[in-house]
Amino acid sequence: MTALLDVRNLAKSYGGVHAVRGVSFSLEAGQILALIGPNGAGKSTCFNMLNGQIRPNAGSITLAGQDITGLAPRVVWRKGVGRTFQITATFASMTVRENVQVALLSHHGKLWAAFRYAGAAYLKEAEALLALVGMEAQAARPCGELAYGDLKRLELAIALANDPKLLLMDEPTAGMAPKERVDLMRLTAGIAREKGIGVLFTEHDMDVVFEHADSVMVLNRGELIATGSPEAVRRDPQVRAIYLGDGLLYDAKHREGDAA
Amino acid sequence: MEFILVQTLSGLASAASLFLVASGLSIIFGVTRIVNFAHGAFYMLGAYMAFTLTDRWTGAFGFWGAIIAASLVVAVLGALMEMVLLRRIYQAPELFQLLATFGVTLMVQDIVVLIWGPEDLMGPRAPGFTGAVTVFGRMVPSYDFLLIALGPVVLGLLWLLFHYTRWGVLVRAATQDRDMVAALGVNQKWLFTSVFALGVFLAALGGALQIPRTTVSHSMDLAIIVEVFVVVVIGGLGSVLGAFVAAIIVSELNAFGILIFPKISLILVFLVMAVVLVIRPWGLFGKPESAPRPAAGLSIRPWRPFTPAERIAVAVGVFGAAVLPFFLGNYALTVGAEILVFVLFAASLHFLMTVGGLASFGHAAYFGLGAYGAAFLVKFTGAPMEAALLVGPLMGLAGAVVFGWFCVRLSGVYFAMLTLAFAQIAWSIAFQWVDVTGGDNGMLGIWPSTWASSPRGFFWLALGIAVVGVGILRVLVFSPFGYGLRASRDSALRSEAIGIDRRSMQWVAFIVAGTFAGISGATFAFLKGSVFPDFLGIPTSVDGLVMVLLGGIETVSGAVVGAVVYKALAIWLMSQTDLSKLVLGAIIVLLVVAFPKGIVGFLEDLRYRLRPPRANGAGPKTAGYGIAKVEAAE
Amino acid sequence: MKKIIGSALAALVLATGAASAQQGEIKVGEINSYSALPAFTEPYRKGMELALKEINDAGGIKGKKLVIISKDDGGKPGDALTAANELVSRDGVVLLAGGFLSNVGLALADFAKQKKVLYIAAEPLTDAIVWSKGNDYTFRLRTSNYMQAAMLAEEAAKLPAKRWATIAPNYEFGQSFVAAFKELLTKRRPDVEFVAEQWPPLGKIDAGPVLQAIDAAKPDAILNATFAGDLVKLVREGNTRGVFKDRAVVSYLTGEPEYLDPLKEETPAGWIVTGYPWYSIKTAAHQAFLDAYQQLHKDYPRLGSIVGYSTVKSIAAVLTATDDHSTDGLAKAMKGLKVDTPFGSIVYRAADHQSTLGAYIGTTGIRDGKGIMVDPVFREGAAYLPSEADAAKLRPAN
Ligand SMILES: Nc1ncnc2c1ncn2[C@@H]1O[C@H](COP(=O)(O)OP(=O)(O)OP(=O)(O)O)[C@@H](O)[C@H]1O
Ligand SMILES: [Mg+2]
Repeated sequence: MTALLDVRNLAKSYGGVHAVRGVSFSLEAGQILALIGPNGAGKSTCFNMLNGQIRPNAGSITLAGQDITGLAPRVVWRKGVGRTFQITATFASMTVRENVQVALLSHHGKLWAAFRYAGAAYLKEAEALLALVGMEAQAARPCGELAYGDLKRLELAIALANDPKLLLMDEPTAGMAPKERVDLMRLTAGIAREKGIGVLFTEHDMDVVFEHADSVMVLNRGELIATGSPEAVRRDPQVRAIYLGDGLLYDAKHREGDAA
Repeated sequence: MEFILVQTLSGLASAASLFLVASGLSIIFGVTRIVNFAHGAFYMLGAYMAFTLTDRWTGAFGFWGAIIAASLVVAVLGALMEMVLLRRIYQAPELFQLLATFGVTLMVQDIVVLIWGPEDLMGPRAPGFTGAVTVFGRMVPSYDFLLIALGPVVLGLLWLLFHYTRWGVLVRAATQDRDMVAALGVNQKWLFTSVFALGVFLAALGGALQIPRTTVSHSMDLAIIVEVFVVVVIGGLGSVLGAFVAAIIVSELNAFGILIFPKISLILVFLVMAVVLVIRPWGLFGKPESAPRPAAGLSIRPWRPFTPAERIAVAVGVFGAAVLPFFLGNYALTVGAEILVFVLFAASLHFLMTVGGLASFGHAAYFGLGAYGAAFLVKFTGAPMEAALLVGPLMGLAGAVVFGWFCVRLSGVYFAMLTLAFAQIAWSIAFQWVDVTGGDNGMLGIWPSTWASSPRGFFWLALGIAVVGVGILRVLVFSPFGYGLRASRDSALRSEAIGIDRRSMQWVAFIVAGTFAGISGATFAFLKGSVFPDFLGIPTSVDGLVMVLLGGIETVSGAVVGAVVYKALAIWLMSQTDLSKLVLGAIIVLLVVAFPKGIVGFLEDLRYRLRPPRANGAGPKTAGYGIAKVEAAE
Repeated sequence: MKKIIGSALAALVLATGAASAQQGEIKVGEINSYSALPAFTEPYRKGMELALKEINDAGGIKGKKLVIISKDDGGKPGDALTAANELVSRDGVVLLAGGFLSNVGLALADFAKQKKVLYIAAEPLTDAIVWSKGNDYTFRLRTSNYMQAAMLAEEAAKLPAKRWATIAPNYEFGQSFVAAFKELLTKRRPDVEFVAEQWPPLGKIDAGPVLQAIDAAKPDAILNATFAGDLVKLVREGNTRGVFKDRAVVSYLTGEPEYLDPLKEETPAGWIVTGYPWYSIKTAAHQAFLDAYQQLHKDYPRLGSIVGYSTVKSIAAVLTATDDHSTDGLAKAMKGLKVDTPFGSIVYRAADHQSTLGAYIGTTGIRDGKGIMVDPVFREGAAYLPSEADAAKLRPAN
């Protein structure tokens, strides 16, 4: 059986800066994989290449046996890849429910319909998705006035709208209160395991990482320096030296407010 | 060979004043993101002021002192405008500043006539630069050499200013990233004001230096403003060097172009701009614009369709309009029909701007194409009005299909300028192709069928077209297509990541908007009984923009109200006073300051405040919002 | 939302107020580009005011007061039509007059035809308004493009010059003038050739390159039809560059004070121009006009003043000529109508509705630091028009 996601020798540079180089890994369905690394390590760049937002300089990305390198994000999405952004990207002029409805309309290929009321489309599915992320009570609220944590949850709901096989989550809990972070990741992990979705996520909060990740990769200056189970990575001397330093690894509180 | 050299020199001299004005505009835009429509007005004021001062102060010192003093005085006026007017509206939706400066431009046009009189004024020639220098046996005015030298000198001075003064470094930093400068704790207010003053100074200097070459008149501003915009865009917004290079390219192409095509001047700059933007979407020296300002926080109340009660109100309103012919006289009905035509035109632009997020500066092109389409059918095939109204707008549609395909590849100001370029190209075809379009004399005798030839009949026809048109556009707003379009406006990133094909959606929106503009144009042709190139002209496009902004850019159908108010006001003022521009400009400025969300936006705010919708307290209200703000600024 | 349209319209009607039609008044409508072209329309308006005052002081039209309602068209034909409509439908004027720009004139002419109102075109110069697009209800006062081209071509033919270059603004006015001049000159002088042409956009001439291009063709003579700011640029640039040196220049309209005065001491010498030398016209009719004008306005007249004055005189003449103030009655009375103007008496020709107003032609010079026309001679308009029979053939049959 082929892996859900198979990445080979991915590389991207900006001018002289090698943001990502020679990254290879694979991800199975239902597996939760964490990508960690210090600021500027190249994590977001990786995510952006995976969903097609930026074109890699080299390397290949294979989704369920299909080469998706260099495809546009919207094409990648149609192949079953959902994602959330480090800085939330939602539709501020719509209600929470409408945000999800647009994603559903797109998923069902109904976006070109010109003479139907979109506010009435896929109501049930939208409500169900919102309930899944615990946002059902806020369905009618304007997206523009949501608290940041709620926006992150809304993003998750949107990302789940196309029944994704693979979920890419770039710092899904950045900017949330510590309890909220744990809750959200628990929620995500639950959904992923239940539906057999492969999840690749990045996170600065190590509590979150070590509680949920089946496996952890460490990126530094664009290169993977360690891969393995959370325990193995935690013990890896190179990781400790380069990235985690003296005990930061265990001290999530220390990074509080880091998002700022 | 000598001839080529001399012609090059002439071109360079023309480039110099263009560059001065353009560099000012570019600097202002780079830092404040304001599309300063009043830049031409300051150019003109510089010339008038210099005329007055050079008249008083004679001699070489007097002359050059007057030029500098005039520019300084106008720079102070510019700073005043920034402080009194623009500072109040930096937070308003983008383009609102354009509207405000447009209002100022209108006012200045009348004010200079009131102060300096209607006649063209001719100032003195520059002392010491009245003669000519013989170059290869041809005489070149020595003033040309002065101008040719001045271009690089000003460029160099600006470069020094931007690289060797703290202020200049701040300006450059602000051009790169406004928020960063705010974060550095710099007093942004004064930075903006000083930048504005510098930009206006350059414009005024450009105007003052024209005195030795031409007369000063109250139409100088319009003669230059569009060209200057074009130069700035070709060079790349915010790039002074770009403005310099673009000014030279445009002037030289013109100098040599007229040798082969003596009529090319009319359209040359727009052709150049269209080509440049298609090949280099950010101009020659521009950088890709950072993602347009996030819409978050702008429109906190999501749109919704009318409630049953509102539907009834609208139905009553339409009915009320429909019975007007029983109460109003012929003139009022004809004015009413004209307003209705512009209601649909404004609504079509509104659809493109608010739902599509694409502010077009050349929407008149499709209005005009629709009008000419109808006129062609009547004139060349003898088609009746009914057929012409149906088929004519297809020309607007066709134009939108072609032009839109190029335009939706760009965004922001570049999009706006490419639409402008295409509109000007369409205009110049209508203007030049005399055999087919009748040139500036237009096509006459496009009168409606008998049943609609009475003011009453035509009013009903126009009402029907406007109601159906606005209705369809409204349905589209709330359709899946409208949602998808709005999604790609709200967040390009997110919409692309959920499979929305942004370009195609925007292209279709462009075509829809163009078609409805074409329908209103065709109706207008029959209302006026004629079509003219000015239907496609810049003033028509600007009128449309003003209507949309006045109505409220964040509303669903604000343009309807904006069109009614603006058009009624414009027609009424036109009929009442010769100073209609002064009054209209003042009203626009007041409205902009009083209702930065537009009239309908203001009314909605009011209603919301008086009767907030059911409170929905679920979820933490503000916790984490501060973080969101900081994150967004990261 | 449509509600608002209703109330806006209602407000509009209230605000403008219903024009009260008083007994013993005759109202006529007048439209011109007051806000867009004040330099030309101000003197025109002053001329109108003088004529109106004279007429009403003398008892009006058979005892009825003549009232002129003026509207601005902003230089746009579309807005001129709105104004025309207001004048006809709301103010109930008996006829329309005015217009400066040719396209505005043509639009109003078409309106006149459609709505069956008499229109006396004051200033538009285009030949189409009486010929190719002429209609039953439109008459034109001013000496037309064709007539002035003929006057200038007559002079140009006397010059030895064989190689001609043309500069004209790029719109119908310039194009049709140059075409008429070429045709008329070639008829008189088959040996001339036109070696270069330049068409700068109106108001935006890039004079250096344009003149350089003309100069490169080495013409013997230059025909110019630019005016206002473009003319000033052209003259300054051309004087400095020596482009006009040893070359004959024939320049359209340049002798009109509107265009000549701004040139001051830089007025080129010896250009052959049409215009209005108010300072050296010695006829009694003009002297009376000049005195009255200067007394009323404390200013000297421009050509626009003559046109405005003569327009109102024409209006008064036709309203006096017939008591049938219906459009058909007036249109009938206009044919062959004789009117006294400061330029002498003119006739609105029955066949093509063109008045026989003539023009002055002369050469430019400087006196006391001001540009003037030297040795102006008056050319009767009738002599430069095709015969009525020929002119009638130029009009559409309808
Ligand atoms: N568009 C760009 N142009 C130039 N350099 C870039 C660009 N985007 C990213 N980089 C650089 O690439 C490197 C990797 O950036 P990336 O955003 O992928 O890091 P990250 O691991 O996501 O960091 P963070 O934890 O702060 O989100 C950084 O050095 C960054 O400065
Ligand atoms: Mg990142």
